[in-house]
Amino acid sequence: MDYGFPILSSLIFLPMIGAAALLFIPRSNEDDVRRMALLITIVEFLLSLPLWFQFDKSSHLMQFVEKHPWIPAWNVNYYLGIDGISILFVLLSTLITILCVLVSWTAITDKVKEFFAALLFLEGAMIGVFCSLDFFLFYIFWEAMLIPMYLIIGVWGGPGRLYAAIKFFLYTLVGSVLMLVGIITLYYQGGHTFDILKLSANAYPLKLQMILFWAFFAAFAVKVPMWPVHTWLPDAHTEAPAAGSVILAGILIKMGAYGFLRFSMPMFPQATQAMMVPMLILSIIAIVYGAVICLGQDDMKRLIAYSSVSHMGFVTLGMFALNYQGLEGAILQMVNHGVVTGALFLSVGIIYEQTHTREISDYGGLATLTPIFAGFFMVFTLAAVGLPGLNGFIGEFLIILGGFATKTWAGFFAATGIIIGAGYMLWLYQRVFFMEKNPKMVALGLRDLNCRELITLLPMLLLIFWIGIYPNVFLSYMHASVVHLLQQVHASTGSVQANTNAIVECALRFVGG
Amino acid sequence: MVTGFSLPIIAPLGPEIFLAVIGCAVILADIIWREQRYVVPIVAMAGATATVIMVLKASGVSFSGMYTVDAFSAFFKIVCLLGLMLAILMSLRHLDIMGVKRVGEYYSLMVFSCVGMMIMASATDLIVLYLGLELMALSVYCLVGLLKTDPRASEAAVKYLLLGAFASCLLLFGMSYLYGTTGTTDMSQISKAMAQGKLTDNPAFMMGLGLVVIAFCFKIAAAPFHMWTPDAYEGAMTPVTAFMSVGPKAAGFAALGRVLMEAFPNAHSDWMTVLVILAFLTMAIGNITALCQTSIKRMLAYSSIAHAGYALIGFLPGTAEGASATMNYLFIYLFMNMGAFAVIILLQYKGLVGEALEDYKGLAKTHPVAAALMLVFMFSLTGIPPTAGFIGKFNLFMAALHAGYTWIVIFAVLFSAISAYFYLRVIMLMYMYEPEKEMKLAPSGALSAVLAIALTGVILLGCYPNGILSYASKAIMGH
Repeated sequence: MDYGFPILSSLIFLPMIGAAALLFIPRSNEDDVRRMALLITIVEFLLSLPLWFQFDKSSHLMQFVEKHPWIPAWNVNYYLGIDGISILFVLLSTLITILCVLVSWTAITDKVKEFFAALLFLEGAMIGVFCSLDFFLFYIFWEAMLIPMYLIIGVWGGPGRLYAAIKFFLYTLVGSVLMLVGIITLYYQGGHTFDILKLSANAYPLKLQMILFWAFFAAFAVKVPMWPVHTWLPDAHTEAPAAGSVILAGILIKMGAYGFLRFSMPMFPQATQAMMVPMLILSIIAIVYGAVICLGQDDMKRLIAYSSVSHMGFVTLGMFALNYQGLEGAILQMVNHGVVTGALFLSVGIIYEQTHTREISDYGGLATLTPIFAGFFMVFTLAAVGLPGLNGFIGEFLIILGGFATKTWAGFFAATGIIIGAGYMLWLYQRVFFMEKNPKMVALGLRDLNCRELITLLPMLLLIFWIGIYPNVFLSYMHASVVHLLQQVHASTGSVQANTNAIVECALRFVGG
Repeated sequence: MVTGFSLPIIAPLGPEIFLAVIGCAVILADIIWREQRYVVPIVAMAGATATVIMVLKASGVSFSGMYTVDAFSAFFKIVCLLGLMLAILMSLRHLDIMGVKRVGEYYSLMVFSCVGMMIMASATDLIVLYLGLELMALSVYCLVGLLKTDPRASEAAVKYLLLGAFASCLLLFGMSYLYGTTGTTDMSQISKAMAQGKLTDNPAFMMGLGLVVIAFCFKIAAAPFHMWTPDAYEGAMTPVTAFMSVGPKAAGFAALGRVLMEAFPNAHSDWMTVLVILAFLTMAIGNITALCQTSIKRMLAYSSIAHAGYALIGFLPGTAEGASATMNYLFIYLFMNMGAFAVIILLQYKGLVGEALEDYKGLAKTHPVAAALMLVFMFSLTGIPPTAGFIGKFNLFMAALHAGYTWIVIFAVLFSAISAYFYLRVIMLMYMYEPEKEMKLAPSGALSAVLAIALTGVILLGCYPNGILSYASKAIMGH
């Protein structure tokens, strides 16, 4: 489908140009910087809405495509497009960045314009990652994202920010450079092209598939993060400022899972199938290990960070179940996790601004001190736990369904993760909001949410209910793409027809019901 | 043999001769306009600019094939000349600050060393190559030791001279073996002799080849022949360091590439093995040693060793694609490294200030623009897109993987991930610490111009590299 206006390019470059423009605002006018940043992110969000409305849900093909030659010497094109999987993440990115600007409004007081410039640059790069259909372009955005994120953690983060920032950077970089070697190898094996769609259409020998699968795994597993390369995440999430944590949890770690969906699975289908069991085992370890670690945390942000490890374990489990339910559940769960964990980090950021402590033991009795805030946090907690009617339930349910369909034990262990998850989240809620009023909190004279903070949290609340009650709106975007993806994965095994039929049937049932 | 002397024979040498004349003119200008300190650099700048134009136009082979002016050599000459021009611009104010009285000898030495580099790039005969190399090297030794009262500079110059002279001896020694076994010093004749006789089995010939390679490894600072680099880089005045990290290195690569591809294409499997080991060692030692430096100049010295290791990867396949990747890399390295040194010079408002990494603490707060520039150059040296450093590395890895050198590429990417640590440390100091002492800047119009050129180069080549890629591959294909 051709769309006259280069909407994806605008989405990528509007925030980047905005970031540059911010740098020209005089340092003294900090409020102007904030307003300008907010304005840019809102315009960006409005600009992304046509994607939502004009998207053709019945097609698995790339839409809003833009393609221009860029580096003919290497056959690199400036090639953008989105399908039913990436559209959700583009929209999520544009929404979450607005909230990040809002939550940083008063929290960031030092080097204000640099902060918002980094945030906007990051937004552009993130959208670029989701829209790129050329590997070279993809890699540029993928790596370019590291620069602002490194600065956001390192400059505006908490006390341990230096260690966390460099750890984040090095972990991600080591993974990414191995993928780079894989990308170049793919270029030569796939007919001297970086075109992702063309490369996905080729069939590669199994040995090569395995090597490349692991090369890409290095990059994506670090990003997700999968056990055992998750150790950067608790540090980075904990030390980053609220906006940084939200972006990390909401978008950045989704890119690993997105990478598996967009590259590893369609390009190396046989390797993916061969590696299914190891991947499921790694996912289960992440789910259970992450959840158990959460029980022992006494730092709020660290707890939520480890819960991300657990939740992302669900996502990878759903993906590598390699069936329709698992895959749709995984994609939906990525969105859910972005919303819920994003909301939790926003909330922690909001309260941290007043209390300047993340220690759970410093809190207590907040339900009476800040009732509205407590109400919001309750919903987010329950969504994270997976209460039916809220969004977390739908994703986890589909994933476990998919897990059971593929390997019974996978579904079984994943379900235990949900139980422990309920344990640590509710216990967190209990310790922070119920129990005796902590004298420290009383002494601080906490105020409840103000208007700006309310606006920050409200969209997340609405999304949690919307996805929870009527997920089909979101699922309907991905149906065609997921069916196509599964066809690609299963096509190599020979049982094409049977699988496809089953998938299509299943899909129709879903759309119908 | 030269049978008669006529102007067309020296025509291809025009740019070199012109630049040598400029070198003399610089000395004269210094004597005549001793009071006007800016006349001398202006003469040098104008001369270098004119030489660039002449290089672009010159072509041909002269002196019976001893001197070849082709696109390959033109590319390297332009890199060296750009290095010279940027170094001159960087020096203007810095020489005043460092109290250098006789600017004439400073600029003329730079110009003469550049003449040497240009001769190296074009030499297709080992003797001519040696002449160029010595002209370059002797001038640079003097440049390093120019601050006669500074013990550090003298120490650096002596070390550099001794090790450099040793390398020259090895080169001559190796050449004598080559001459002894083939009966010629002409590169294409050596190649022919190799093809005819089975010279790769001849230990004396292989010894000659080995010694020549080692000598060039001294010049490009490849490990384990890099020992002189940190001291020389640290002791020399910063603009000289910047110049050394680009010019002589590019000339060394030009000569090495020419010798390997032109004289020894038939011994590819032999020198390739050696080069793989050297490239690995160079990247490993450069990157790992740089991790624990406290002086930014020493850190950049080790970083330049590491970058020589990356650039060597391009020569491994012995293909045109690989050689052009190395050429691109050196061109890109010129901008990012010169940029980084220009920021250091900007900070050196007196004495040794700005050399310790500690001095960069909190720079983002006191001088945000300088810090932002350094940030860009550091990310580019790390090889993070969308900067030119990424394009350079990507190009090298493409060429090496195309020829099947997977393992060395994997090591290269891992080492470049390690390098992120020490480049980011500079950024960390600038952005994530509070300023401890007052830092002043020593800005000048010329230095701003250098920074602007370097920044433009790093960003432009990073975002739109097609021009340089096709130019370099054309240069090498023509060759």
